[in-house]
Amino acid sequence: MRLLDCNRLAGGALLRAPARTFMMLLATAIGVAAVVVLTSLGEAARRFVTDEFRSLGTNLIIVLPGRSETSGLGPGMVIAATPRDLTLDDARALQRSPYIRRLAPVVVGEVSVSRGGLEREVTLLGTTPEFRVIRQWHMAMGEFLPNVGLEQAAPLCVLGATVSNELFRRESPLGRWLRVGDRRCRVSGVLEPQGRSIGVDVDEVVIVPVVTAQQLFDSPGLFRIIAQAKGRAAIEAAKRDARRIITARHYGEEDITVITQDAVLATFDGIFGNLTRALAGIASISLVVAGVLIMNVMLIAVSQRTSEVGLLKALGATRRQIIALFLTEAIFLAGLGACVGIIFGYLIDALLVLFYPDLDFRPPSWAVLGAVLTAVAAGTFFGILPARRAAELDPIAALAGR
Amino acid sequence: MIELIEVCRDYVVGDQVVHALDHVSLRIPAGDYVSIMGPSGSGKSTLLNILGLMDRPTAGIYRLDGVDTSTMNDEELAHARQHQIGFVFQSFHLVPRLNALENVELPMILAGIPPKQRHSRSLGALAKVGLSKRADHRPNQLSGGERQRVAIARAIVMQPKLLLADEPTGNLDSKSGGEIIAILEQLNGQGLTVLVVTHDPAIGGRARRQLQFRDGRLLHDSGQS
Ligand SMILES: Nc1ncnc2c1ncn2[C@@H]1O[C@H](COP(=O)(O)OP(=O)(O)OP(=O)(O)O)[C@@H](O)[C@H]1O
Ligand SMILES: [Mg+2]
Repeated sequence: MRLLDCNRLAGGALLRAPARTFMMLLATAIGVAAVVVLTSLGEAARRFVTDEFRSLGTNLIIVLPGRSETSGLGPGMVIAATPRDLTLDDARALQRSPYIRRLAPVVVGEVSVSRGGLEREVTLLGTTPEFRVIRQWHMAMGEFLPNVGLEQAAPLCVLGATVSNELFRRESPLGRWLRVGDRRCRVSGVLEPQGRSIGVDVDEVVIVPVVTAQQLFDSPGLFRIIAQAKGRAAIEAAKRDARRIITARHYGEEDITVITQDAVLATFDGIFGNLTRALAGIASISLVVAGVLIMNVMLIAVSQRTSEVGLLKALGATRRQIIALFLTEAIFLAGLGACVGIIFGYLIDALLVLFYPDLDFRPPSWAVLGAVLTAVAAGTFFGILPARRAAELDPIAALAGR
Repeated sequence: MIELIEVCRDYVVGDQVVHALDHVSLRIPAGDYVSIMGPSGSGKSTLLNILGLMDRPTAGIYRLDGVDTSTMNDEELAHARQHQIGFVFQSFHLVPRLNALENVELPMILAGIPPKQRHSRSLGALAKVGLSKRADHRPNQLSGGERQRVAIARAIVMQPKLLLADEPTGNLDSKSGGEIIAILEQLNGQGLTVLVVTHDPAIGGRARRQLQFRDGRLLHDSGQS
C-alpha cells in the first residue's frame, strides 16, 4: 500500500465520523494549548524579572553596607546588625580597582520639593553623573548634574518626567530654581519618562549631587555603591577587589555585602526556568489523558467498523496494513490536534497580552516542539492497541457483522 | 486448481463440537463452474471461507494451485487472497463513503498499484459488468443489482483465477439475480473458475457441476462419476 493511499483512506475514515474526530482533536488540542499557555506564563514571568534586573545596567556589582547572611539575593534581604557606614571615601578607594570601570555612590531618601505654590514629596537620589551612564538613562533635556565630582556639593538637580510636569507644567524647567528640602537648586536637566524599575518610579525622583544629599539628610552613610566592571570577565575580580578594599578600610572587618547582577540574574533565571519546566510537565499530563481518550474512542471506532476491516482482509490486506491504517488515523488526529492546539495556545497568549501588556507571553520553542512530539507519541502509543485489535479481527465474523 | 483432502472444520461451542465441515474431499480443476447447495447450516459458507483462505481447516489438507495452504503465513495468505481469489458477498460489502470506481480500486490500493493504472483497470472492470456509466455513483445511489455488479468488478479487478460467491443473489429480485448470474457465467466463459453458493435450485442447476451439502458432508457431487 502506498503512503499517500494509506493517508487518504485514514483521512476518509476520519471525515466520515466528524463528531468523533472532532472530540479527539479537541482533547489533543486542549492538551497542547495547555502546554503552550502555561509555559508562556512561566517564560513571561522569567523574562519580566530578568529584564528588570538587566535594566539596571550591564556588568553591575552592587556594594551594600552590612553583612548579609544569605548570599546572592536581591534587595530586601536580611542584613544582620547595623554596620559601619559605607562612605564616600570607600567609594573613592574602590575607584582605584583596575577591574572597575566606573562607579556611582547612591544616597536615597524622602524629601519635599516646592516651587512657587506647588509642593510635593519625592524620592531624592543623591549620586554622581556616572550613575546615568551606568543605568543608561536618557535625558529629555539638559544635562545630568554636569561636572559634579564625587565630593562636590552643587546647587543642581535633575527631575523625573512626572515631577517636572507637575512643578513646571508647560514651562521649560531648565535653569529654573526650586526648593529641595531646606536648600535651593537649579534644574540642570529632565529625565526621559522611563516607568518603574525594580520598584522605584523613576519618573517621580529628584536627583542631586551625592554630597548635597548627604548634607540634606545630615548623614555621611551611603545607601549603596553601584559599580560597573570592565567587562563580563572582570566581574568576579571586581567583586573580590571591592570586598578586599573595603574590608581593609574597615579595619579588617567584612561588614559589607557585594552582589553581582549576574548572580541575581542567574538565580531568578534558574527559579523561573524550573517553574516553566514544571508547568510544561504538568500540562503534558493532559496530553497523556488525550492519548487515553484517543485510545478509547478508537476502540469504539474499530468495533463500529468491523465489517470494513473484514472486507479489507478479504481483499488481501495484511495485518500490518490494517495496523498501519488505524495508526495513521491516530497519528493524524494527534498531529492535527497538536496544530489546532498551538493555534489555540497562541490565541490565548494574544488575549493575555491584551490584559497584561507589560508581559510578553510567548512559549519557549522547546515547549511547542515538545508538546507536538508528546502529542504524536501519545497518539501513536495509544493508537497501537486499537490498531492491533482491528488487525486481530476474525474476517469471517467481521464480515458477518458479529 | 483446488484440492481438498479430508478437510474438517470443527467449532467448539461450550462443551459441544459442531462439525461445520466433516471430512470433505474435493478436486476442482481450473475453469470449472460449480454451484454449492444445501440446507441452512450445512457448511456451505464454511467451505467457501476455507477455499478463500479466510479460515483454516481444523484437519485435512487444502492445496491451492498445488501449494499446501497450511504452510502459508499471514503475509502469504493475504497475498494469495489479493492475487488469486475474488470474493462476492450476499450483502455486497461496499464502502459507503467511496464511489463505485473507488470501491473497485480498493484491492489495487492494498496491492500498491500506482493510481493511473488503477484508474484504467477499474474502468475496465466496471465496463465488464456493464456499469461504466455509474463509476462516480456512491453505493447508496445504486440499485441492489448494480451494487452487486460493482462488487463483482472489485472481485475481478486483480485478475484472480478463482471467484467465490456466497449467495450473490440472496438479496436481489429474480431479474437482477439473473443478470448477476449471467455476468458470472460470462466471466467463467473467459476462463475464470467460479464457485457459487445458492439456495435457488434454478440458479444452482445452471452450473456445470453441482455440489450438495448436508451437516458438513459432501452429499452429492454431479461432477463425480
Ligand atoms: N463461528 C462459529 N462458531 C460456532 N459455530 C459456527 C460458527 N460458524 C459457523 N458455525 C456453525 O457451522 C455450521 C455451518 O455453518 P455455515 O455458515 O457454513 O452454514 P451455511 O451452509 O452457510 O448456512 P446458510 O445457508 O444459513 O448460510 C452451522 O451449524 C453453524 O452454526
Ligand atoms: Mg452461508
